[in-house]
Amino acid sequence: MSVTRPLPHDAARLHVTGEARYVDDIPVPGDGLHLAFGLSTIARGGIVEMDLSAVRAAPGVVAVLTAEDLPFANDVSAAAHDEPLLAQGEVFYCGQPLFLVAAESHIAARKAARLGKLRYREKPAILTIDEALAANSRFEGGPLIWSRGDAAAAIAGAAHAIEGVIETGGQEHFYLEGQVALALPQEGGDMMVHASTQHPTEIQHKVAEALGVPMHAVRVETRRMGGAFGGKESQGNALAVAAAVAAALTGRPCKMRYDRDDDMVITGKRHDFRIAYRAGFDGAGRLAGVEFVHYARCGWAQDLSLPVADRAMLHADNAYLLPAVRIESHRLKTHTQSATAFRGFGGPQGMVGIERVMDHVAHRLGLDPLEVRRRNFYPGAGGGLSAPRSPAASPPEDISGQKKEPGVTPYGQVVEDFVLHEMVTALEESSEYAARRAAVAEWNAAHPVLKRGIALTPVKFGISFTLTHLNQAGALVHVYQDGSIHLNHGGTEMGQGLFQKVAQVAASAFGVGMEAVKITATDTAKVPNTSATAASSGSDLNGLAVKAACDEIRDRVAAHLAGRFQTEPRKVHFEAGKVFVGGEEMRFAEAVRSAYEARVSLSATGFYKTPKLAWDRVRGVGRPFFYFAYGAAVSEVVIDTLTGEHRILRADILHDAGASLNPALDIGQVEGGYVQGAGWLTTEELVWDGKGRLMTHAPSTYKIPACSDRPDIFNVALWQNENREETIYRSKAVGEPPFMLGISVLMALSDAVAACGPGYPALDAPATPERVLAAVNRVARG
Amino acid sequence: MPEIAFLLNGETVRLADPAPTRSLLDWLRESRRLTGTKEGCNEGDCGACTVMVTDVRGSRALNACLLFLPQLDGKALRTVEGLSGPDGEPHPVQQAMIDHHGSQCGFCTPGIVMSLAAAHLNGESDYDAALAGNLCRCTGYAPILRAAHAAADHPVPNWMQADLAAVSDPSFFWPEISSGGLAAGERGADSPPASGAFRPATSDELAGWYQAHPEATLIAGATDVGLWVTKQLRDLAPVAFLNGCADLREVEVSETEIRLGAGVTIAELGAVMAEFHPSFAAMIGRFASAQVRAVATVGGNIANGSPIGDTPPALIALGARLHLRRGEARREIALEDFFLDYGRQDRAPGEFVEAVTLPRQPDRLRVYKLSKRFDQDISAVCGAFNLTICNGRVEAARIAFGGMAGVPKRARAVEAAITGKPWHEETLAAANGAWARDFAPLSDMRASAGYRLAAARNMLSRCFLEDLGAAINVLEVRA
Repeated sequence: MSVTRPLPHDAARLHVTGEARYVDDIPVPGDGLHLAFGLSTIARGGIVEMDLSAVRAAPGVVAVLTAEDLPFANDVSAAAHDEPLLAQGEVFYCGQPLFLVAAESHIAARKAARLGKLRYREKPAILTIDEALAANSRFEGGPLIWSRGDAAAAIAGAAHAIEGVIETGGQEHFYLEGQVALALPQEGGDMMVHASTQHPTEIQHKVAEALGVPMHAVRVETRRMGGAFGGKESQGNALAVAAAVAAALTGRPCKMRYDRDDDMVITGKRHDFRIAYRAGFDGAGRLAGVEFVHYARCGWAQDLSLPVADRAMLHADNAYLLPAVRIESHRLKTHTQSATAFRGFGGPQGMVGIERVMDHVAHRLGLDPLEVRRRNFYPGAGGGLSAPRSPAASPPEDISGQKKEPGVTPYGQVVEDFVLHEMVTALEESSEYAARRAAVAEWNAAHPVLKRGIALTPVKFGISFTLTHLNQAGALVHVYQDGSIHLNHGGTEMGQGLFQKVAQVAASAFGVGMEAVKITATDTAKVPNTSATAASSGSDLNGLAVKAACDEIRDRVAAHLAGRFQTEPRKVHFEAGKVFVGGEEMRFAEAVRSAYEARVSLSATGFYKTPKLAWDRVRGVGRPFFYFAYGAAVSEVVIDTLTGEHRILRADILHDAGASLNPALDIGQVEGGYVQGAGWLTTEELVWDGKGRLMTHAPSTYKIPACSDRPDIFNVALWQNENREETIYRSKAVGEPPFMLGISVLMALSDAVAACGPGYPALDAPATPERVLAAVNRVARG
Repeated sequence: MPEIAFLLNGETVRLADPAPTRSLLDWLRESRRLTGTKEGCNEGDCGACTVMVTDVRGSRALNACLLFLPQLDGKALRTVEGLSGPDGEPHPVQQAMIDHHGSQCGFCTPGIVMSLAAAHLNGESDYDAALAGNLCRCTGYAPILRAAHAAADHPVPNWMQADLAAVSDPSFFWPEISSGGLAAGERGADSPPASGAFRPATSDELAGWYQAHPEATLIAGATDVGLWVTKQLRDLAPVAFLNGCADLREVEVSETEIRLGAGVTIAELGAVMAEFHPSFAAMIGRFASAQVRAVATVGGNIANGSPIGDTPPALIALGARLHLRRGEARREIALEDFFLDYGRQDRAPGEFVEAVTLPRQPDRLRVYKLSKRFDQDISAVCGAFNLTICNGRVEAARIAFGGMAGVPKRARAVEAAITGKPWHEETLAAANGAWARDFAPLSDMRASAGYRLAAARNMLSRCFLEDLGAAINVLEVRA
């Protein structure tokens, strides 16, 4: 069986030799044009005059387009029809595309795009959460409110209460390959598009709208992306549509590739959030009630902000049973880049809220935050508290009576698969948490300038698109008469190793080696109507769609061979590159050849839809998730109380990937996710000035983790545990969940800061040296 | 400009009239269709375009986006396409990256592979240093480090020795030259061009030409000027490339002073300072990245006048003198006096930085760099403290900062407030008011004014606490 083997990424050899071809590497016919956008330099206002004469006169310029020149739809939004490709009279953020230049070279297009002379009637821009609230500038009318029980009464009646606010910054995706698309005009007005996108079908849809043609006239192909992380779910639409429109108008191939600074200025990022909280709890730290108010800064267009903000609400509980809870979510419209999907899709923000509450409760009571977390965990998978608990963890004033109603989330889904009791106990032991916590305290007592901190935080992440109809996938599999297999499905490869995992599924289905399976580019002409490769769903959905197609072909071949050899199809086995029929055996290629000659179809489509889902997002009730993926991390940090500088010293992670399809790829997702999550909460700071200009628009000013930022000691293990739901070989989704393991870093920093005095750190993110130093001073003041 | 010649993956390339400010990256991708070298940022921060360049000094990983074609003259260039053996055998780094799952999306991978191959060739094992200039967004770096360690167990493949052998032969590119040395330097200066680039072989040639063309842009490492082209889209002509001026790259250490030619690279400065002022050397380890330090120069870091360049604070604290030259006229000033105001230096048209000299002195220097990220970040504050403590008193103090004003600046009020006083916490407290007299820093995307001032003040406390033996460096703490 190929599944479960730790095979390298399918393109590893191509990556290390430079042969792996990305969109910008595709040879373009000699008459190809290059595109660039002219960008708004103000955040909000009317366009009074747009003088593009210097742009048109610039060397190498072939065409300059404005909104008026677009033949059909001027819209590149994911759904809401509120994002014009080119501004139409009004601008809504600094960096918004105003006009499009097509030129003979990339550099000529970039140079010309800066020559537009614009006159604006500037209006006051709404930039911040406070400004948006004051102006009641929001999407979806008022706030969305979900509640379960009477949180206010529970808090009022509790022995202890806390309240506070935490702010988390946004995050730039910083995919190493910037956004890019290439459009090649075909005969009869058809268009071929190569796009670096997580969502080829949406590109196809938007290009068809823009060209005024049916979707069948547009074909989109994506072999691979150089990273995406959610940033290529909808943000590539503009480039593909621009390239297609320019290609249609000029009849020449058109390529659009954002320069890195343009990419950062134009495209959306992770939503920054403010979360206000109130919590009531007993002397053991058990929560009685919690209230959250989420303020999400969504930017100028709706994009995916509603489901992002929903998912933040859906993760406001993280791993904890909240007996009474109220979550209020404000989706605020500002004149900044339209915030978009980013790994975790609101989940990380929601989770930070409750982890802050846990940290704050523990600080108030003087307890180890891990104990407080554990005491609030959902009941174990058996329905009771199955995990071993020390006597100290069950103090006399046990109020577990509240937990008689086992494992129901704030939105009413029963948590059937909760494995964190066992996982956290195992991690606590393997990481030597207790001993190290004591060592940290001892070390801190002896060190006046530097302080250490340690924290263990859990992750419970819901798997499925919350827009239920997206939970479907298709596949197309051909077996050729020589026994080689052509594999295609709706998922896209962005580095996560999806193609290899799915190829392992196909190889296993036919009992052949990996070399027999050709992985091919995602192609809207092969598998239609695909969902974005997002929500961690890639292998769950496409793996089962591919398996369905493979099983179909295999069953046809088995039926043929059973007939030929006078046996039953169930007695035909595919294994080790051979087919066993009764007492006979033959090479897979021979079996296939035999089926071909008997006129058996060796091509099949496969389809899969996730079962059991039912979700009402307005009421906030139902089962949005097929299952949950779990993880836990212990991070240890050191801070400098004079400057606020800090480092991660060690990380220990245990992550639940179900029965892993490929442990090597899964561990890669966990390591990478943790570091990316830690970056979000520490070094990665987006700064806008008072005019709404993004000041951190390049890697010189926006700092993702560098090599030395990874923990010196970095122990990562998978919790091997079959998914209780029937997923592909009982594996679990692993793309997004590990990102939130990085929250342990923020909490460890909070722990270190707390060593500086009696006050509560109330550390916001990103915890830059400046924020850490401010927290140190706050704590010292008490 | 006349013909240049270099080796590209073992084959000689001659370019008759290269555009003087076309980046190597664009040339590789657009003209040679060598698309393995990637554009990630086009400003030298991500390392996706890393290539290996070999000259007689050895092989180094460099950013192709910040190299102009004329800088390659007489050198050997190796891209990811040229890393495998002649029969396609993978380089040990390539094989280890596959075996240890070092690539995910693969876009940073060619650059990572080239940086690691350069480290492998040079026997360097500090992979954090080798990779500080290579960003990876997927892996969290752990598998890349595993690959680096695994590759170190394998010998350097013999095909990796060919570049050095070739460029060490002076007649390799230019058979008509019989004596040794680098091609550009030995062929003599080009005649001053009408529109292209000038490549002087000596500082004397540069001095004469620059005096006549004071509007020209001088290009040493191109790590700053490169961005004027790739980001500001400026036309720089006329330009002069200084990398042929071997005399500008000299380091002279006498009994009384250390003289650093303006063309001494930051990496070479780091090597010198490791002997004389280790704290300065440690900070240089966090100056940009290996790719940048290998070509960026001391002269460039001073002459560009940046308030956040990282060498001026330490150099000023050490009492550096700056040597300027215009034609045959030379003058010498205190380095701090060079920086007049933001964007304005004491440099006449046609005048250039020739060298900087430091008085030999016992090492008391402490340099503290503060940034959001430790490696390859621009300082929010960079403080340099050169304090002489004698019998518990501050006998002399030279303190300079970057990031605290429009120029690199001495903290003269603070120096005065502590000089002659006991080296004691009370002295530091008493000096608190002096800071605001020295500095009124800006708030920007790197830090707020208040934080800059507080952190600068705390850096002096750090000096004091370090003297008391306290652990003060988070980079030295291990789990």
